[in-house]
Amino acid sequence: MSTTDDISLPELNELIILVRQIHGFDFSNYTKASLKRRVLRIMQLKKLAFWELKNVLTNDQLFFQQFLDEITVNVTEMFRDPSFYKALNTQVLPYLATFQHIKIWSAGCSSGEEPYSLSILMQEAGLKSKSFIYGTDINAEMLGQAKKGIYSLRNIKSYAENYKQAGLPGTLTDHFTIMYDAASVHNELKKNTLFSVHNLISDNVFNEFQMITCRNVFIYFDSELQDKILEVFYNSLCSFGFLCLGSKETIRSEYYKKRLKVVNSRENIYQKIG
Amino acid sequence: MANNTTNQLIKRLQSAEILLLGGSAGSFMPIFNLVRSIPQNHSQPIVVVIHRGKNNFSDIENLFGDNCRILVKEISDKDKIAGGHVYIAPANYHTLFEKGKTFALDVSEHVWYSKPSIDVTFESAADAYGDKCAAILFSGANQDGARGLLKLRDKGGLTIIQDPKDAEMHVMPQAAVDINAGEFILTSEQILKFMCESFVITTQP
Repeated sequence: MSTTDDISLPELNELIILVRQIHGFDFSNYTKASLKRRVLRIMQLKKLAFWELKNVLTNDQLFFQQFLDEITVNVTEMFRDPSFYKALNTQVLPYLATFQHIKIWSAGCSSGEEPYSLSILMQEAGLKSKSFIYGTDINAEMLGQAKKGIYSLRNIKSYAENYKQAGLPGTLTDHFTIMYDAASVHNELKKNTLFSVHNLISDNVFNEFQMITCRNVFIYFDSELQDKILEVFYNSLCSFGFLCLGSKETIRSEYYKKRLKVVNSRENIYQKIG
Repeated sequence: MANNTTNQLIKRLQSAEILLLGGSAGSFMPIFNLVRSIPQNHSQPIVVVIHRGKNNFSDIENLFGDNCRILVKEISDKDKIAGGHVYIAPANYHTLFEKGKTFALDVSEHVWYSKPSIDVTFESAADAYGDKCAAILFSGANQDGARGLLKLRDKGGLTIIQDPKDAEMHVMPQAAVDINAGEFILTSEQILKFMCESFVITTQP
């Protein structure tokens, strides 16, 4: 068995402490099972044994940025879970339409697929001109891609199926300019979008929103950290604003269950009450 | 199979804290028949990982739910793992195990073009349960599951492979046989028979 094949739980904890002490990033409330897979993946990609990984993390400041970019999962899709976008269209947008401005925060947006999906949804609903979409992520490199709004044609083809299933008019490619093997999102969809770095664990409320989407981010956190971030979201929502979690993520905290009403239990859409 | 081997297999099936069933193309019927035969009050949690397309949820849950005596549940993140349940790995997520007997989901890269990946679930179970885990790998058209099954076997878990000759698609079980990941290689009929025998004894008062 090669050295990169496995690490133990004590070794993982050792790494968490090292990263916290040297770089000030705290992964101690991350789900251990998936964090371990990410660390193993980095060791494989960079061809490092565990002791070598600790060594470069300690001595190479530039390596830490790469480590941070790889430790976070950046897998996303446009219109991931088409049924979610259908639910937004029928249950949430009519309500949002009554607000003067619609500010949306896509938290943990990675390379921007979700903010642009929301931008398309708002455009199709005729709400684009009064909406503003903020995409944030801990990973600056991914945000760079998000700002560009250029995706491989291969990805766009697989997203197009989601788009169709979401029941939206026309096809996904109507919203893109195709250039050889890439597709660039139309400029009008980029209007009223802003991408910036935000760390859910250490950063705080920065604006008031009518809707916050944070889908498939909570799965990487333990319940204590989830509650801490829920507090940030709750305090960032206007009265009767909406919070959307991933389709397999539910609010378990009794405190927030009382303050966030279930709008759609299958898609985990909540509305701030009281 | 010799009588004492059979008894040993059944005993180990019974003593496992958790049972994992994995498969892809051609695995639905053998897994379905097995889950259908589980008694209502069965104390061992059972986790099913079957490859499927990303947007077709609930079909497996409904089919299982309508035909089984045991509770069938599609896994949500941080669900507590309890006996009396068959848990189905959701489409477009990997299913992992977290300390304190809870599930943890993950949307990271596909493994063997699959999400859920059987390897990911088996490997994580090897970490969380070690030798207290039993796993069966059924029919399938790619090599997902073999590596995870081997890791489980290395950690002392009970590993069973559906005989590739008996499987509708032999690639998946054959990949596991090739790396010697299975302690037992059985037909789906034998698997069903031994499982049923293990159920009968576990559910006696």
